[in-house]
Amino acid sequence: MSSATELTDLTIVQGRDGLRAKAFTAVDLTLAHLHAIEALNPRLNAYLSVGHAQAMEQARAADAALAQGDMRPLLGIPLAIKDLFCTTGVRTTEGSKILMPFVPPYESTVTANLLRDGAVFLGKTNMDEFAMGSSNMTSYYGPVENPWKRRQDATAVLVPGGSSGGSAAAVAARLAMGGTGTDTGGSIRQPASFCGLVGVKPTYGRCSRWGVVAFASSLDHPGPFARTVRDCAILLGSMAGHDPKDSTSADVPVPDYEAACERPIKGLRIGVPREYRADGMPGEIEALWQRGVAWLRDAGAEIVDVSLPHTKYGLATYYIIAPAEASSNLARYDGVRFGLREDGEDLRDLYERTRAAGFGAEVRRRIMIGTYVLSAGYYDAYYLRAQKVRALIMRDFTEAFAKVDALLTPTAPSAAFAQGEKMDDPITMYLNDLFTVPADLAGVPAMSVPGGLDADGLPLGLQIIARPFDEATMFAVAAALERAAGFVALPTLRAGG
Amino acid sequence: MAYALQGRTGSWEVVVGLEVHAQVVSESKLFSGAATAFGAEPNTQVSFVDAAFPGMLPVINRACVEQAVRTGLGLNAAINKVSRFDRKNYFYADLPAGYQISQYEHPIVGKGEIEIECADGSTKMVGVTRLHLEQDAGKSLHDQHPTKSFIDLNRAGVALMEIVSEPDIRSPDEAGAYLRKLRSILRYLGTCDGNMEEGSMRADVNVSVRKPGEAGYRTRCEVKNVNSVRFAMHAVEAEALRQIEVWESGAEVQQETRLFDSNRGVTRAMRSKEDAHDYRYFPDPDLLPLVLDQAWIDDLRVHLPELPDAKKARFMRDYGLSAYDAGVLVAEQTSALFYETVAKGRDPKVVANWVTGDFFAILNKLGRTFENPPINAAELGAILDLIKDGTINGKIAKSVFEEMVGRAMAPINVSLTENLSPSDSFSIRIDPLTIVDEMGYRQLTDTGVIDATVDKIIAANQDKVAEFRSGKDKLFGFFVGQVMKATQGKANPALVNETLKRRLT
Amino acid sequence: MALDPATVRRIATLARIRMDDAEVTTLVGELNSILGWIEQLNEVDISGVDPLTGSAHMALTMREDVVTDGGYPDAILFNAPDRIGDFFAVPKVVE
Repeated sequence: MSSATELTDLTIVQGRDGLRAKAFTAVDLTLAHLHAIEALNPRLNAYLSVGHAQAMEQARAADAALAQGDMRPLLGIPLAIKDLFCTTGVRTTEGSKILMPFVPPYESTVTANLLRDGAVFLGKTNMDEFAMGSSNMTSYYGPVENPWKRRQDATAVLVPGGSSGGSAAAVAARLAMGGTGTDTGGSIRQPASFCGLVGVKPTYGRCSRWGVVAFASSLDHPGPFARTVRDCAILLGSMAGHDPKDSTSADVPVPDYEAACERPIKGLRIGVPREYRADGMPGEIEALWQRGVAWLRDAGAEIVDVSLPHTKYGLATYYIIAPAEASSNLARYDGVRFGLREDGEDLRDLYERTRAAGFGAEVRRRIMIGTYVLSAGYYDAYYLRAQKVRALIMRDFTEAFAKVDALLTPTAPSAAFAQGEKMDDPITMYLNDLFTVPADLAGVPAMSVPGGLDADGLPLGLQIIARPFDEATMFAVAAALERAAGFVALPTLRAGG
Repeated sequence: MAYALQGRTGSWEVVVGLEVHAQVVSESKLFSGAATAFGAEPNTQVSFVDAAFPGMLPVINRACVEQAVRTGLGLNAAINKVSRFDRKNYFYADLPAGYQISQYEHPIVGKGEIEIECADGSTKMVGVTRLHLEQDAGKSLHDQHPTKSFIDLNRAGVALMEIVSEPDIRSPDEAGAYLRKLRSILRYLGTCDGNMEEGSMRADVNVSVRKPGEAGYRTRCEVKNVNSVRFAMHAVEAEALRQIEVWESGAEVQQETRLFDSNRGVTRAMRSKEDAHDYRYFPDPDLLPLVLDQAWIDDLRVHLPELPDAKKARFMRDYGLSAYDAGVLVAEQTSALFYETVAKGRDPKVVANWVTGDFFAILNKLGRTFENPPINAAELGAILDLIKDGTINGKIAKSVFEEMVGRAMAPINVSLTENLSPSDSFSIRIDPLTIVDEMGYRQLTDTGVIDATVDKIIAANQDKVAEFRSGKDKLFGFFVGQVMKATQGKANPALVNETLKRRLT
Repeated sequence: MALDPATVRRIATLARIRMDDAEVTTLVGELNSILGWIEQLNEVDISGVDPLTGSAHMALTMREDVVTDGGYPDAILFNAPDRIGDFFAVPKVVE
């Protein structure tokens, strides 16, 4: 570690080691990040709220514990929390106007786990409204700027991806050492790819959804962001675990993911699914994919050609199921018990005005689709059919995993695009999730690792997909890729930069 | 004779199906850990899950599942080992999530049946289509404020069993019989307290009419949330008459949801509920399929209490009771238990007469139930023993009974009887023999005194004696009455009869 | 299955979202485009396939019937836009 390294440049592992070695204090670490946020957040808009007092209190408590020899894995580590994790006494907006006044009286299980392990929460991060989006452009509180800039055009403001754009931008810009997000159609992996980060969507049910504002219940996956694979492993190890308050939570023990990063991948079979290609996908992405294959082969893995024939139907399947579940999950936002209220002449008028005023265009659009596909006469044609195609997509994975131990694909069909691009029609935006959506539908674990830069200097991610509850293999492969890729590029906009 | 209503154009038949919503007896709610007790202060029995706060999730209560299965077993119904929860989506102030968690295509219980006793003594089987579990909604109060309605979510999330009957019911009487029988079964099982006034059991009454012999069913209307058996019976008739009027005027009955106005005795349309039928059911993604173990179901079946039909059959067989008397006694488990306790070692028919007659009457009069009777089984039994051993006669026994009850109800004693526990059935607190002696009720069996009394009556009524001897047999009762009057009712009736017969003939 | 403005209005009512004519018109176009794009699912052969509802790998676990929650009316009512006493208040509903 060079003497000029900022505290904000440290990885979680380095932060943890430094704290235990008393090279600096938790207060030092938190203050450094709070200053960085103060300097850069007005531009990036990554954080919606910053909890100065609470963070300092948590940092002081961490220092006291460290002095006692407390060895908790995240003690004193400052994190960014996506604003759909309910945090006690701290406003949680879901990126929406309709929850602007909402202060939760409870803590989500995932964030409670992080607090249990000693983490410091810097603040709540910006996101696409109700997690619906792939660019963070639908947030009521304004878009987030990607800290990465195009070499050819440094003035263009790029999107960080979505829906967890705020957490991704914060971690990439060194305004946090790690962050939490949720991935429903790709909302952790795609921003990770756009921001040069590691982002993990674990197996469905691996992390509890209790206290996570629901978008699409069967597709929502809480997960971590960080700058290294090992950091993500540490975060996931803390976030994961059975929660009896969530009926879909898996009662499966949490292995040591950090240790799994060290596992050699010699002899592992890596599948390369031929369907992970998109029309108009830049040649650089295909090239990076091939490089990734070569890296893994060099590390001793066996490369196997596989087919996931229903891949291309993933998006259409997702855009029936997710809006359907969302249309029902969002019915509770009615101005009666919490959140925004617009007065009406009668109850129905109150509902209609509140929801029209409180929900943005993308949310309204998806609620309408969801309501329509569930409505009388259309359930079989849309929702039921989609759930059957979903079963086929899952079967594709199950059959592939009989032949291989993990899959390697690109994460996104493009690098980060500029604000205002891809806004012509909703479908263009939906296509961003082409490679990420199938893993959400099947519930299999998947993560993105930065593989390299494109010609414009923007990060491109590689995706590893593994068997249900085999995040350990996924981390092992990801760590091998990370070592081989040697990704050291830094975003232009960053703390101390 | 089949029930029929007369319209202008002739007879009409009534077709009724009943959907009963029965609140499950459990400590906590179906999908949350909040309490279910009735009558709490508003919004004090509400968890964040019940109030549908962001991020909240349902977790199912084992006891509610058990109660649904036990109810299904009590209805002789098929138990579905795999069932599923679906969301029923609609907006209403008392439905915080904007959807109700219910069961649509795969309910926990399938087809069953209930035997009902009709007013004319005949029995009939009414089919049960299904039983499923679902959440109850909260309560709206519309009369607390001039321009606002108040919402209390205490009831939101309480487990309900929705029990749907086949449209096998053909009259208000049958509807009443079905509700009473279902209620009885639920109370026996302890799965629902059946208290319609408190709302723990509600009925939606589906009514349609048709010409006798007509095939198929015409459009039906639903009369919602009827909260007494009597109102359900009235609603059947009121709604049927309304529909007959519609058909006979040349119009068509529109399918709609109505309410029963008990003051005016008519049904009226509900004002909201457009688009109410598009509930957009889909499987609740926060839950997984409910899978039941056969061994678990079998164990529940083995531990079911004896149910009303079986108990009634046993009472008829073992105690020689009539179907009617047995039916009255087994309507409630508590009355059946009381009866059997008294009947042990005594003449079952005598006991039945006393329980179904005087005892039921006094309970009604005092507003008590078999759970807190004024005098207990042992005490009633003691009175009957005094009749059997000749100490008192049957008529005097009624006076002893009244006196015992009176003493038990005296303010100083009332507390003794208000909260009776099962063990109290066996102790005698007020001894009837004491009353007999205090009141001089002992039966007169001294033949000398009886003979003398009979002679005196005969001597004083020579004209009637002559009429009797000339064929007016009915006058025998007059003489009996006079002798009883002269002996303050204490004379042994058998001896009186015998003596009179000897003297008069 | 093309949507017309009347259908869009009916859906908006089901979803309890107020919509002016301009938005209805926009949505007719957008929704039809999305639904048209979704039609590609009709190409898939789904014969004999059971629908998947969620990718969790377990059956429902049940909790014990103990009162563990509720009893905090102030927290329940704290975020209410219109609270009167211990009730949520809404415009009066006439049944």
